[in-house]
Amino acid sequence: MSVLVYAEHDNASLKTETHKLVNAAQKMGGDIHVLVAGEGCQAVAEAAAQIDGVAKVLVADNAAYKHQLAENTADLVVELAADYNHIVAAATTTGKNFMPRVAALLDVAQISDIIGVESEDTFVRPIYAGNAIATVQSSDAKKVITVRAASFDAATTGGSAEVTSLDVVKGSEKSDFVSAELTESERPELTAAEVVISGGRGMQNGDNFKLLEGIADKLGAAIGASRAAVDAGFVPNDMQVGQTGKIVAPQLYIAVGISGAIQHLAGMKDSKVIVAINKDEEAPIFQVADYGLVGDLFDVLPELENSL
Amino acid sequence: MKILVPVKRAIDYNVKVRVKADESGVDLTNAKMAINPFCEIAVEEAVRLKEKGVATEIVVVSIGDKSCQEQIRTALALGADRGIQINTDQNLDSLQVAKLLSKVVEEEQPQLVILGKQSIDSDNNQTGQMLAALTGMPQGTFASEVVVDGEKVNVTREIDGGLQTVALSLPAVVTTDLRLNEPRYASLPNIMKAKRKPLDVKAAADFGVSLDSNVKVLKVTPPPQREGGIKVADVAELVDKLKNEAKVIS
Repeated sequence: MSVLVYAEHDNASLKTETHKLVNAAQKMGGDIHVLVAGEGCQAVAEAAAQIDGVAKVLVADNAAYKHQLAENTADLVVELAADYNHIVAAATTTGKNFMPRVAALLDVAQISDIIGVESEDTFVRPIYAGNAIATVQSSDAKKVITVRAASFDAATTGGSAEVTSLDVVKGSEKSDFVSAELTESERPELTAAEVVISGGRGMQNGDNFKLLEGIADKLGAAIGASRAAVDAGFVPNDMQVGQTGKIVAPQLYIAVGISGAIQHLAGMKDSKVIVAINKDEEAPIFQVADYGLVGDLFDVLPELENSL
Repeated sequence: MKILVPVKRAIDYNVKVRVKADESGVDLTNAKMAINPFCEIAVEEAVRLKEKGVATEIVVVSIGDKSCQEQIRTALALGADRGIQINTDQNLDSLQVAKLLSKVVEEEQPQLVILGKQSIDSDNNQTGQMLAALTGMPQGTFASEVVVDGEKVNVTREIDGGLQTVALSLPAVVTTDLRLNEPRYASLPNIMKAKRKPLDVKAAADFGVSLDSNVKVLKVTPPPQREGGIKVADVAELVDKLKNEAKVIS
């Protein structure tokens, strides 16, 4: 029996989450097949075929999958499910959207957002915003799993798996794509970046996030934000790091003007090195920071940018 | 149009949870409980749709023991019209909850079901999607805007790269994200009024749904603690540490 890994991609390029999924899938056992569902996604399929440990890449290249709508994607995956013991996708907004549908249609539970694989049926996942870690065992015939990619290393590349085209077309008439408004950025994506610099309520307004940009450019960093900064309208929600936003685990995380609510810590405390810059020396963020700098961010940030 | 809003009783988001010493779970004794924040946003959205004249009735449903009537009353105080408590002492997984809710959908025939995208206790983010699959409804998850337009609802969704808008034919399932709205506070007169609104109690066992899950929790442990580090005096020292000690920048 095998593991089906749902590739994370945007039709043009394969996302590193997929490499991490393959690593997680290797711990579950069996052949690994990667499903690439999209439109005009041949390049993605070829990239997926190069991941070490992948036995086969299945490509469903059709307009019905262009926007990876949950209804169509779930129906496609369910159609393929008979051959697999494990179905795995990243706990991104794509995976979170369609995977519970797959689980319900297969009449099995979903194990969400795993951070560890103990065995083929036992998984580790955070609950209560990461304030508790549950080890759960599933006796379902099929395991439907979303994976917190940040908790796994990326599988290496160099392989050349077979690529097979599927002609399964699932199109729901109940759901249509209307439009997308994607943030254009030259910077790396939050969940893939080696360095992340995030601003909180202490930034005072959206304009002041420009102070982070110079530093981000010098460090090749992605820019994030706390929920407080998002709620205050400083920046869009797709920048949110935390329990209900993105979970990141970069080499270096710089928290600027962020007090360190548990919901924020849940999204970044697995970072290798954490730096906190805050004028309140009692801020809880300092309890998790490797390096804390007590100071006014409006003085510190320009100085930091100049010294990099 | 009738809107169904399922709500969950969960630990208050300000409470820091503790893991039980025997690793059997999280200690909720005397913990402050509240309506799950995303569910509260779902109630608020339904109330706003009613205020706009789009919705005519809001039914709120919660699954749990008698204590979850508190959260139903909260929703009624915010503007929902009537409540249903599906009574059970069992801890249910999302699939079982979705199956129970699908029976309620069958009975109530709502045009729109609005739920929170996840509860802040189990952090699963599954129930709405599962309910949509079981009832054959289209779904608009992680909504930041919901616009009902005749037989359709346009849902703008918070996705990793930005926003996506989908058009769903009704009936449909919507799950809420943070920025959909800012829930109001219930006024005292409305809290008093809510006490007189109808609240039906039904036994979960009467729904003909298996309540047993195939997922067993083996243990619950505290997360690895991160040791706090040092304070640096100034930017120069910080940069020096990052370069030479942590070696994360060059």
